[in-house]
Amino acid sequence: MTKDKEQLNIIKGRVWKYGDDVNTDVIFPGKYTYTVSDPKEMAQYALEDLDSDFAKDVQPGDIIVAGKNWGNGSSREQAVTCLKEAGVGAIIAKSFARIYGRNCINNALLAITNSEAVDAIQNGEEIEIDVAAGQIHCAAGSFSFPPLPANVLNIIQAGGLIEYTRRQINEK
Amino acid sequence: MPQTFSEKILAQKAGLSCTTPGQIVEVTPNVALSHDNTAPIYGIFKKMGGKKVFNPDMHAIFLDHAAPAPSTKHAENHKIIRQFVREQGIKNFYDVGRGISHQLMVEEGLALPGEIVLGSDSHTPHAGVMGAFGAGIGRSEMASIWALGKLWLRVPESLKIVVHGQLKPGVTAKDLALYVIGDLGNDGGLYLSVEWHGEAIQALSLSSRATLPNITAEMGAKNSYIPPDQVVFDYLEGRAKRPYTPIYPDANAVYARVVEYNADDIEPMIAAPHRVDNTRPLSEFAGTRIDQAFLGTCTNGRLEDLAAAAAVLQGQKVASGARMIVIPASAQVYLEAMEAGYIKTFIEAGAIVESPGCGPCMGNHMGVPAVGEVTISAANRNFRGRMGTRDSEIYLASPEVVAASAVAGEITAPDTINN
Repeated sequence: MTKDKEQLNIIKGRVWKYGDDVNTDVIFPGKYTYTVSDPKEMAQYALEDLDSDFAKDVQPGDIIVAGKNWGNGSSREQAVTCLKEAGVGAIIAKSFARIYGRNCINNALLAITNSEAVDAIQNGEEIEIDVAAGQIHCAAGSFSFPPLPANVLNIIQAGGLIEYTRRQINEK
Repeated sequence: MPQTFSEKILAQKAGLSCTTPGQIVEVTPNVALSHDNTAPIYGIFKKMGGKKVFNPDMHAIFLDHAAPAPSTKHAENHKIIRQFVREQGIKNFYDVGRGISHQLMVEEGLALPGEIVLGSDSHTPHAGVMGAFGAGIGRSEMASIWALGKLWLRVPESLKIVVHGQLKPGVTAKDLALYVIGDLGNDGGLYLSVEWHGEAIQALSLSSRATLPNITAEMGAKNSYIPPDQVVFDYLEGRAKRPYTPIYPDANAVYARVVEYNADDIEPMIAAPHRVDNTRPLSEFAGTRIDQAFLGTCTNGRLEDLAAAAAVLQGQKVASGARMIVIPASAQVYLEAMEAGYIKTFIEAGAIVESPGCGPCMGNHMGVPAVGEVTISAANRNFRGRMGTRDSEIYLASPEVVAASAVAGEITAPDTINN
């Protein structure tokens, strides 16, 4: 629980900045979807066809900053799992593909939509996200984002939909 | 309050009188669709502490993505699913070779007007061809539905697409779909519920219509709906798994956006690598060399599509140095194509006919291209690496253009092939 709380308070890390319309086939290639099931191994293939340095160099807490429609394409959840497992602390994008955005919530990976912040943040800089305060702090200034809806917060606070559902099953 | 289709169906299923966009509702789907990913979902379900599924009759499970299994790993995956289906008493199970989930949902009378289909597959909006609310969800969400029987959904804003007039001869629903995506962009329907209206839509056969909600996933839409009419009701006669009640949007419903097209303006289209919205008229690509032509998938693997391709291939040969792969979307399509003589035409033309399923669409097997090769495909995605090879190119087109290009060995219009 302390870990969850920590995750939800302050996220601090280096920025990996990408453009518009990055699809799930380059985040996690389709050819691995039925042959790779260990999340640790998934992390090795994260962004393989987009940025071959990413999986090697990503550090826990690093933040992906992207343009519009991040994660469009397939519904594959591995495209979130591989980033979560690689240590990504949050994704800030101009917009998220619908299923991708849901998958983020379900894997307790913070997905923030804020176009102005995306334009302002530079690749490689260190930024900080204050989740409770709804603030993004970067070299160019601070940007705010709206609080998460209660149901979304419940799932993220539980550590993801798996744990959330497990608790619901136990309550029954 | 006047409601769009999605506002109305989500209100009804959530037991509310109305809903507004942005509202979060909890619904129990009529159908929970999963495919080869049923095995990993089962893993998540167990991790959640799930033992018996909430309602075995809610499930529809299809082995289509890598079917029959191309490797031991895939085969083990299928084995786990067959075991799960037996243990849980799931009746709507379609084993390898029966066909692609979205096609079978329609053929088997599982996708019904006024119902909600949630599927762990991004092309679940396909069910909208029958007037259902079909939306793709993730694996954990599917496992949670298995356990709890419900899921939260955000009520989407709606996009109304109206297509006036009639498509010209030689222009297909695929061309219309590519034209619209090219116009609106791959995020033109992001988060939105898309409704297809207008006389050009109603004039299409059920098979042609299916291409529209299928490919709307490529615009980021949540679901995609065609108002069900007599064509749908006739098709469902004796086929529907349950009695159903259609749901229609109110005439004065509020849409986030209304877009109108004239069907006359549309000509045969191509989506060039590596984006589905990278669409331009076919004429601009004439002469582009191809190595492989692929006819099949949930987008264009139906009898009508095979008939259109067979008409082009009749008495013709696939160009030397090129190859053509044909995969009927279901066993039923395969059988009917055989009875109609299309399969014979394909084989005589030198094409390869493979067993029903998704085939090489997402690069699992049955026609993965080599580095540098070019594929013209009747599928719905041309992303880099989609067919299993990063440095290869995929052009998307209608079945007749795929067939004509196979004969010419380069992208070409069907009317250049003499029959």
